[in-house]
Amino acid sequence: MKRVVITGAGTINSLGHSVPETLEAMREGRSGIGELDIPDVDRLAIKIGGQVRGYEPEDRFNRQQLALYDRFTQFTLIAAREAIAQAGLEFSGNLAARAGVVLGNSGGGMTTLDENYRTVYEAGKNRVHPFVVPKLMNNAAASHVSMEFNLKGPSFTVSTACASSNHAMAQAFQLVHGGAAPVMITGGSESMLCFGGVKAWEGLRVMSKDGCRPFSANRNGMVQGEGAGIFVFEELEHAKKRGAEILAEVGGFAMSSDAADIVMPSKNGAARAIKGAIKDARLNCSDVGYINAHGTGTAANDKTESAAVADVFGAHADKLLMSSTKSMHGHLIGGTGAVELLACIMAVRDGVIAPTINYEEPDPECALDVVPNVAREAKVDVALSNAFAFGGLNAVLALKRFA
Amino acid sequence: MDTSVSDIKTRVIEIIAEQAVLEPSDVTMDSTLEDLGIDSLGLVESIFAIEEAFDISVPFNANAPQESEFDITSVASILDGIEKLVAEQHG
Repeated sequence: MKRVVITGAGTINSLGHSVPETLEAMREGRSGIGELDIPDVDRLAIKIGGQVRGYEPEDRFNRQQLALYDRFTQFTLIAAREAIAQAGLEFSGNLAARAGVVLGNSGGGMTTLDENYRTVYEAGKNRVHPFVVPKLMNNAAASHVSMEFNLKGPSFTVSTACASSNHAMAQAFQLVHGGAAPVMITGGSESMLCFGGVKAWEGLRVMSKDGCRPFSANRNGMVQGEGAGIFVFEELEHAKKRGAEILAEVGGFAMSSDAADIVMPSKNGAARAIKGAIKDARLNCSDVGYINAHGTGTAANDKTESAAVADVFGAHADKLLMSSTKSMHGHLIGGTGAVELLACIMAVRDGVIAPTINYEEPDPECALDVVPNVAREAKVDVALSNAFAFGGLNAVLALKRFA
Repeated sequence: MDTSVSDIKTRVIEIIAEQAVLEPSDVTMDSTLEDLGIDSLGLVESIFAIEEAFDISVPFNANAPQESEFDITSVASILDGIEKLVAEQHG
């Protein structure tokens, strides 16, 4: 089997419009969460989110492109441009024929849907823009990445709610690992910070009105974010041959299903995915130094996840570091695992552990070292990235320091 | 809207009974949601039905039910809370 390395990374999210900006914010423990600036926010009970600020679509795309690109596609392309430029890859000939793109998202073009529902229901118009369907379809982002970069190999979109990006990256890993593709573009994106998107989440009564405080005893729910994280997964020999800079190695992954409840998480399902990822990467529990937690800041997730980690790692659970960067960038739903993988790269490559900010009160049910409030230096050989979705679908990735 | 106290009680019990798949006569004032087999998702759905029925907004966060101003200990406490909210929001 082929070894798989990451040779490019890109992002745009509430912490920054690039990977360096985002990692700097994570190192400094900055929050990207603030008052939402969207139409009809006064009719929402939840008025905060991790919105991408200072972003003008017209600066990045022309009018024809914007007619086709929903906000989640725009974010994806911005992140993909950064990742592929860093990798220094151009896709032509045989490489183009074999390389593809697997991305995750949950809501597709929800902003487009929201705007066009307003057009037909609220404004009572009987005509919508002709591109509504190609703009809102969940695979639009993956397709536009394939078109912009000439990727003609296996391309598709994975939609598993909050685990979408991790499932997508696991698929991309598998395609490179098994030799089907030398390079895969992967990750995910989300943009559902629109009236309808937030209103739908509000209904479930799991959102916080005042902030995301994962693992803190006074946590009171999740806060949504938006953005994209995109990576270049490349076969090691292919990367070496062209002298590419290697950010980290993808060691393995595992997926599991709780087969239990549509919203409540399961300790056992999470534990099986964590254990499986360690085994798939041929590692021992004691090799793991950092976990980027799913850490949504809900009562149910954080205690279940802590219990799963304690179960899998036993005594080693007290030695490892686990933080939730959702405290800073919010929950990007289908794009969240992709942005969170950046924190794992920072851990194994730079030896810097992103903190869990807003940590105010210890919770005996979450008694792990969650790197409260301040980033920490630590030498980490292996980092895991957890994602546990609604519907009980779990995916965990194992990242290794490249040596 | 007719929102006399006895009407509120009848309607709330109907909503809870429907959620629990029971007859309204099986729902007593001291029943807890657990007794009635209503889980967290069922509770959120019941609160939605109550908000719709009385055109009120119930301050309830599933993450911190004990800290919500809305007491869900028993059918009686839920009814109490709703009566107050109806009076505040439609009084």
